[in-house]
Amino acid sequence: MSQNEEQAGNVLQQLTFTLAGEEYGIDILSVREIRAWSRVTRIPQTPDYVLGVLNLRGAIVPVVDLRLRFGLTREGYDGATVTVVVAVGERLYGIVADAVADVFDAPEGKIKPVPELGAVVDTRFLKGLVGDGERMIMLLDVERLMRPDEVEALDAVLPDAAEVAAAA
Amino acid sequence: MATIDLSQFHQTFFDESREGLDVMEDALLKLENGSDDPELVHAIFRAAHSIKGGAATFGFSDVAAFTHVLESLLDQVRDGRRAADEETVELLLQSVDCMRGMLARSQGGAAVADATSEALRERFAAMLGKPAEKTDAVAAAASRKLPVDGWRIQFRPHPNLLRTGNDPLRMFRELALLGKLVVKQVQVLQEPRPAFAELDPAAAMLGWDLELRGDIQRSHIEAVFDWVEGDCDLEIELLHDRRAQAQAAAPAPAANDAAAHADAGSIRVSIAKVDALINMVGELVITQSMLGDIGEHFSMDRLMQLREGLAQLDRTTRELQESVMRIRMLPIAAVFNRFPRMVRDLERRLGKHVKLELHGESTEVDKTVLEKIGDPLVHLVRNAIDHGLETPEARVAAGKPETGVLRLEARHEGGNVVVEVVDDGAGLNRARIVEKAIERGLVRPGQELSDEEVAELIFQAGFSTNAEATDLSGRGVGMDVVRRNVNDLGGSVGVRSRAGKGSTFTIVLPLTLAIIEGLTTEIGSERYIVPLVSIVESLQLKVQDVRNVAGGGELFHFRDEWLPLVRLYAAFGCADAVTRVEQGIVIVAEAGGRRVGLLVDALVGQQQAVIKSLEAHYQRIEGISGATIASDGSVALIVDVDGVVRVAGRRRAA
Repeated sequence: MSQNEEQAGNVLQQLTFTLAGEEYGIDILSVREIRAWSRVTRIPQTPDYVLGVLNLRGAIVPVVDLRLRFGLTREGYDGATVTVVVAVGERLYGIVADAVADVFDAPEGKIKPVPELGAVVDTRFLKGLVGDGERMIMLLDVERLMRPDEVEALDAVLPDAAEVAAAA
Repeated sequence: MATIDLSQFHQTFFDESREGLDVMEDALLKLENGSDDPELVHAIFRAAHSIKGGAATFGFSDVAAFTHVLESLLDQVRDGRRAADEETVELLLQSVDCMRGMLARSQGGAAVADATSEALRERFAAMLGKPAEKTDAVAAAASRKLPVDGWRIQFRPHPNLLRTGNDPLRMFRELALLGKLVVKQVQVLQEPRPAFAELDPAAAMLGWDLELRGDIQRSHIEAVFDWVEGDCDLEIELLHDRRAQAQAAAPAPAANDAAAHADAGSIRVSIAKVDALINMVGELVITQSMLGDIGEHFSMDRLMQLREGLAQLDRTTRELQESVMRIRMLPIAAVFNRFPRMVRDLERRLGKHVKLELHGESTEVDKTVLEKIGDPLVHLVRNAIDHGLETPEARVAAGKPETGVLRLEARHEGGNVVVEVVDDGAGLNRARIVEKAIERGLVRPGQELSDEEVAELIFQAGFSTNAEATDLSGRGVGMDVVRRNVNDLGGSVGVRSRAGKGSTFTIVLPLTLAIIEGLTTEIGSERYIVPLVSIVESLQLKVQDVRNVAGGGELFHFRDEWLPLVRLYAAFGCADAVTRVEQGIVIVAEAGGRRVGLLVDALVGQQQAVIKSLEAHYQRIEGISGATIASDGSVALIVDVDGVVRVAGRRRAA
C-alpha cells in the first residue's frame, strides 16, 4: 500500500455521498460538519436550487440542493438526507445530498480530468474523476456550485484576467 | 536574546504616528489662532520626536531623517529662538501633510521620499541655516556635504537602559547595517566591580567605544540611538576630524509610553466600559449558579425562586448586551477633528472667512457608522463653505458680519444620532435650482414648487448649481451621493434653508447598525422582520379601501393620503399566504421619504434583532436588508422596505 502511495504522490481524502445513484466526492479538508436534514429559511429571489439559509452556531449558511442544482427532481427529504457544510475560502455553504457514503483515499495521480461530454452532461461543477474498480467518484467543485449561472455565462464570454493583463 | 520580528509592530507604529500627526495638526491650528500656550509647542515636539524615534527603530530612515530636521526647527521654537509665525506654522502644516504621505508610502512599501518632502526638507534646512547657532541639523547638514571616513561613537549606557526595554545588541546590529562596525573597547562602568552574587543582570554595566567606518550621515547614527536619549551618555565624533565635535542632543522629553494601540480592525475602549462589562458578567455568573442550584434541588415550592431567577437572567442578559454594544460606540470627535484643518485650507483657497463651531463632539456613535459618516460630512462642509457662505464683501453688503459661521453639531435623539451642518450663508438659491431643474427636465416650466420640493431637488443625481465646477464641489457628484451613503447606513438626510439666512443640513442616523428593534410578521409559513423605525402604523383594511389603478398597482386610503399597497407574499414569492386584504394586516411603513402599505398575514411580536449580513455569507438580496437568528434558532430575514417597493414595482412591470 505504502509503495502505491509513493508512486501516486499525495493522497487526497474525499468524503463521498450519493445523489441519484451516483457517487460524488468533496475534499474532506473543506468539510466542516455533516448535519441531518433540517428545515431552512427560504430566501426570496434566488434560484430554486438555493433552498435557503440555516443557522450554524450564529453563522448564516446558504444551502444548495444538489439534486436541483443538477436539474434532477427532489422527491422529498428523509432520514438519510444530509446537509454537508463545507468551507470555501472564508464562507460556509451547505450542500444537500441523498446520503453520506464513505471516506475515500484518492491518490492525486489517479485523478483524471473530466472528459468533454458536450452538452449531454453538465460537467462544469466537476473537478475530476477518480475510479476504484467498478466505482467511479466525481469530485465536486463547490465554489462553482454556488456561483449564479449568469456569472458562469459571463465567465465563458469574458477572457481570463491573465489574458487581459498579457494583452495590455 | 531572541531576535524580534520588528515588522509585527509596524502597524502600531503607523497608527501611533498618524495619531501623532493629528495632535501636531490640532496644536498647530491652535497656535495659528493666536494661542500662546507653551504646552502646544511641547505637544508638537513630543509628537514629532516619537515619530522620529519610531521611524528610526523600524528602519524608515527617510521618515526619520525628515522628522529629524523638523524636530530641530521645533526645538528652536520651543526654546524661544524662533517665533511660531505664520510662515513657520504654514510650513509645519505642510510637513504634516507630507509626512502623512510618507507614512502611507512606507506602509505600501513604496519609495518614501519624494519631491515634496525633499523640497520641504531643503526649506527647513535653509530656515535653520539662518540663525547662527550651531545645531545638530547644521552639523548634520554640513557633514552631509563632505565625504566622511567614519565616526567614533562613545556609548555609555546608564544602569537603567536595559530596563527601559532597549537592547544595545539590536542597536549595534542596526549600526552595522550603515557601515563597517568595529568595537574598539568594552569598558566596565561600575567600579568597584560588584561580586558575582550581587550582580544585577538587568542593570547595564558595560560601555563601548565603537568605530563605524563609511560615508554615513550623522543623523542616521543618531536615529539609532534615538530611543536611548537620556538613558545614556553618547558622543559621536568624526573620525577624520576631531574638531567637528558635536554634543549629543540634550536629553529629550521622555518618549510617550507605548500604550497598547489599536490597529485598523480594533477599537480602544475606556476602562470604565470594560469594568461595567465585568460587573455584568459577575451578575450573570451569580444568576447562573443560583439557577443551577434550583435545578439540582427542585421542588414545586421553589417555583417562585425559579421565576425570579429567570427574570434576573433576562435583565442581566439585556444589560450585558447593551454594555457590549456600548463598547463599539466611539465619540464622534474622531470625525469632527478633521474639519478645523479642512476649513482653514478652504478659507484660504476661497478667500472666505469662516468660524467653525463644533458642538457635541462627545456624542457616541457606533464605530461602523463613524467610519462611514466621514465622507458625507466632508461633502456637506465643503458645499457649505463653497456654495453656502458668501465672500466677505458680499456678506458686508448683505449687512452680515464678515466672518461666516459654520456649525457642526451632533446629539442623540431617541435611538438616533443627529448630525447637523449649519451655515449662516445665503441659503439655497431657489431661482437657480429651479432653473437648473427645468434645464435637466426634472420639473416642468411653470410648475409650482414648495420650498421643501425645491430643497429635495438638490438631492437628485447630477445636480449642481454652481455655474463653474470648482475643484471643491460641483463636479456633478454631489448631494445625491451624500444621500445614498446616508441611506445605506439606514439614515436620512434633509435640508432646511432660508434665503439670506443660511441652510441647515440634518443627517439622522441609527445609533448602531448591529441591532434593530423589529416587528416579527408572518407570511404563509415564513417569518419576516420589519424594522420598527420604519413602521408608522399597522391597520386592517376593508375590501372597499383598496383601489386598483391603471398599470396594475393598488392604492389604499390612509388618513388623507392614497398609499401604494405592496403584497409582501407576492414580492417574496411566499406560498400559502393570506391573499385577501381584509384577512391580513397592513403595515404602513416609511422609507426613502415615502409611505407604503405592506400586506402581511399577521403580526407575531416585537423583538430585538442582531443583524447578520446576508451579503457576507451569500449575496445581496433586494428587498432584504439582512438576517437574524430567531429565538427558536432558525434564521429570520429582515425586510428592507425601500428595496421591497422596488421589487414590487418590477414585478408589476414584468
